[in-house]
Amino acid sequence: MLALRVQPAGPVEAQGFPMGTFETTAFIRIDPDGTVTLLAKNPETGQGVKTMLPMLIAEELDADWATVKIAQADADQSKYGFQLAGGSLSTPLNWQPLRQVGAAGRQMLLTAAAQTWKVPVAECSAARSRVTHGPSGRTATYGQLASAMATVPPPDLASVTLKDPKDFTIIGTTRAGVDNPAIVTGQPVFSIDFTRPGMLHAVFEKCPVFGGAVVSANLDEVRKLPGVRQVFVVKGGTNLEGLLPGVAILADSFWQAQSARRQLKVTWAEGSTADESSAGYAKVADQLGAAAPAMTMRTDGDVDGALKAAGGGVEAAYSYPFFGHAPLEPQNCVAEFANGRLELWAPTQTPSFALPMLAQTLGIEPSAITIHLMRTGGGFGRRLTNDFTVEAAWIAKEAGVPVKLLWTREDDMTHDFYRPAGYHYLKGAVDAAGTIVAWRDHFVSFGKNGQFANSANMGPDEFPARLVPNFALHASLMPTGVPTGALRAPGSNGIAFVVQSFIDELAHKAGKDPLDVRLGLLGATYLPAKAPAGLFPAFEPARMRGVLELVAGRSGWRARKTSSGRALGLAFHYSHMGYFAEVADVSVDAEKRVRVHKVWVAADIGSQVINPGAADNMVQGAVIDGLSQLMYETTIENGRAKETNFDAFTPLRMRQVPAEIEVHWLKTAGPPTGLGEPALPPIIPAVTNAIFAATGERVRSLPLSKHGYRWA
Amino acid sequence: MAYTLTVNGRSLDADVAADTPLLWVLRDSLRLTGTKFGCGVGQCGACTVLIDGRAIRACQTPVSAVKGRVTTIEGLSDDGSHPLQRAWRELDVPQCGYCQAGQIMSAASLLARNPAPDDATIDREMSGNICRCGTYLRIRAAIHQAAGSAVSGPGAPVQR
Ligand code: FES
Ligand code: FES
Repeated sequence: MLALRVQPAGPVEAQGFPMGTFETTAFIRIDPDGTVTLLAKNPETGQGVKTMLPMLIAEELDADWATVKIAQADADQSKYGFQLAGGSLSTPLNWQPLRQVGAAGRQMLLTAAAQTWKVPVAECSAARSRVTHGPSGRTATYGQLASAMATVPPPDLASVTLKDPKDFTIIGTTRAGVDNPAIVTGQPVFSIDFTRPGMLHAVFEKCPVFGGAVVSANLDEVRKLPGVRQVFVVKGGTNLEGLLPGVAILADSFWQAQSARRQLKVTWAEGSTADESSAGYAKVADQLGAAAPAMTMRTDGDVDGALKAAGGGVEAAYSYPFFGHAPLEPQNCVAEFANGRLELWAPTQTPSFALPMLAQTLGIEPSAITIHLMRTGGGFGRRLTNDFTVEAAWIAKEAGVPVKLLWTREDDMTHDFYRPAGYHYLKGAVDAAGTIVAWRDHFVSFGKNGQFANSANMGPDEFPARLVPNFALHASLMPTGVPTGALRAPGSNGIAFVVQSFIDELAHKAGKDPLDVRLGLLGATYLPAKAPAGLFPAFEPARMRGVLELVAGRSGWRARKTSSGRALGLAFHYSHMGYFAEVADVSVDAEKRVRVHKVWVAADIGSQVINPGAADNMVQGAVIDGLSQLMYETTIENGRAKETNFDAFTPLRMRQVPAEIEVHWLKTAGPPTGLGEPALPPIIPAVTNAIFAATGERVRSLPLSKHGYRWA
Repeated sequence: MAYTLTVNGRSLDADVAADTPLLWVLRDSLRLTGTKFGCGVGQCGACTVLIDGRAIRACQTPVSAVKGRVTTIEGLSDDGSHPLQRAWRELDVPQCGYCQAGQIMSAASLLARNPAPDDATIDREMSGNICRCGTYLRIRAAIHQAAGSAVSGPGAPVQR
């Protein structure tokens, strides 16, 4: 799963994504024995694309899903188009081209049959991996047509006709994950399970302070330890996303390498990041937040005038912390370097970003690199960055043997690309009718020279921009040596908490129902965008109203009873082209123990939910992921991450999960959009808004544990 | 040191240091990679296997301490037909799938002791297994579904 903040600032090509080309015959293989094999092009990280993307091909190919085989494609954009698990982009970028691929294949099979039978193509039809000639009743399986099909040139994808959605028999029906049989019997499907003949197991010790370098190490002592074959220093560079300095230990087994590592003593040059801490950032943020902002990203109307007219308005400071990804499969990669060629078996979300970095670091041509995409045990945005692949590749080249590099959980938690903390200094005003008339956000974030750090940015049109007549968004930046990156629903996972909480504050200030204030806001005059229109359609307030009304109805919001200690909370958020509104039923006891009893989700991702069963699973998982973010954080101390394992950085466990998470789909016009991310952001403020309704305590900073809360 | 283990009904040898966790003997020496590494400290349950029918954390169990018959996900059934494996497929439980071997082995141990657990029991017994993808609601439902079927085969408790 996925995360990549794609700014709606231009078409995908313009953002530097190598789009590649779709080659019909690379996606569809038909063997004479009748086996239809479809290639799954994108990395599977748990978001279900290994099943969902081939469904698109199979639909238009009229393949029999029950007998179809799915194979994972290697990284090769000249055949498979842009290969990425990120930005909830698999659906929007492939919805049309993969159906065209399927339709092209179908057309080739119909042509093959018509030529074989010497009948007009128009008299032939296809269903369930079989072509039938209507007038004569003659039929042939796709397998029987395989050799004839091989002589038919693939048609231009733009020329093929796609099905009317009402004729879909696969799209819109639940299809179980294609790897499920292998997963539940423990077959090797993940890259961590992969081995090569003669392979050694590698561990790699890096400086606990981000960006630190090796000064010296007791390499000779470590070399003598049982099973150890090679020990060497990797000089590395200073790019935190690339090859960093460290010590590699290679042994016959992981346990031997890891045991030897415990005897390793390294003297590090820690560098200046050693002085940085979460507490220090918060202090600087308060100073910057109180000072004049460094940048202005958007202004509409007269915020100062509107605040003054409202008697000063409401003022609040919100913040959220650094946060790691911790996919359950630790980072790993198998690499083999021989005869100037590199071969990798990698759990990467972004093979096309790995390629140039590998080529440059190893000093070889991209054409000398093969990347096999392996099923990954979760991504959440962590594997958008390919540091572990370049480590494995370098170590394998240096060692001259195939290598499996495996990180420990401690390596993973202390060398992540963290969701950056964010600090929002807000002022707002609401009139007696419950209309939000003024909004100012001074966003204090990370970066330098006016450039935001990775995933530390906020766009000028971010909601509620364009719907509040007097609006200003400013930003000030502080530097950080901590590597930052995209965490599932990047930006949105923090911003939704801030925006949806502050709307709630304003609603309560006006004495209005938070639902009505939100509906009113979504019905306000829509001001022009500041960012140029791009690949993605702009936010449509009417669609958000749709899901908001749906979730209010399903949760019984209007008839809700709030007792002391238990209440409903409401929030919505638009990200990755998806419209999500969520309600949480939350209780808080006298010891501040929190229980989320039930969650209602209303979702609009367009006209189709391609694989509904998997979609429900994904939404429920995103809600649980969001709930996890409420209670813990990555703390930066002395330039390093303090939490090193699941004892201190703990995703939700089963006993903390709501008894029920209802998912309701609102189908609207337009092509379907992605689902990896947009369900996550609203649940965080839905819960904190419920906590306010239940207790009167407004939570303005995360995690909840900082304020004495814990899970019941 | 040479150790002989009974794994999935077969007698297998491994020449490893005494402190080597069963997890790494299974994965690296015996090439049974269905059992997963998630944390190495007993916090996530990805490494759960059965010893004489009871769930243990293989990352916390040195090979020298293993007494009894080990069952891993590969040996839960011959053909993926264990009621839990069937229920997992029928309810399409996995997302990334990485935690699921451990989840299934914990559930097998639970059902062996309690053939019809209620929600509270499932929640308590399964809370040592993290699912980072959040498939808990389906795991819970799949355990209920499997509980309706008889548990037999290698995943069943050993009568002693
Ligand atoms: S790997 Fe054993 S409990 Fe996590
Ligand atoms: S399915 Fe991914 S960790 Fe459970």
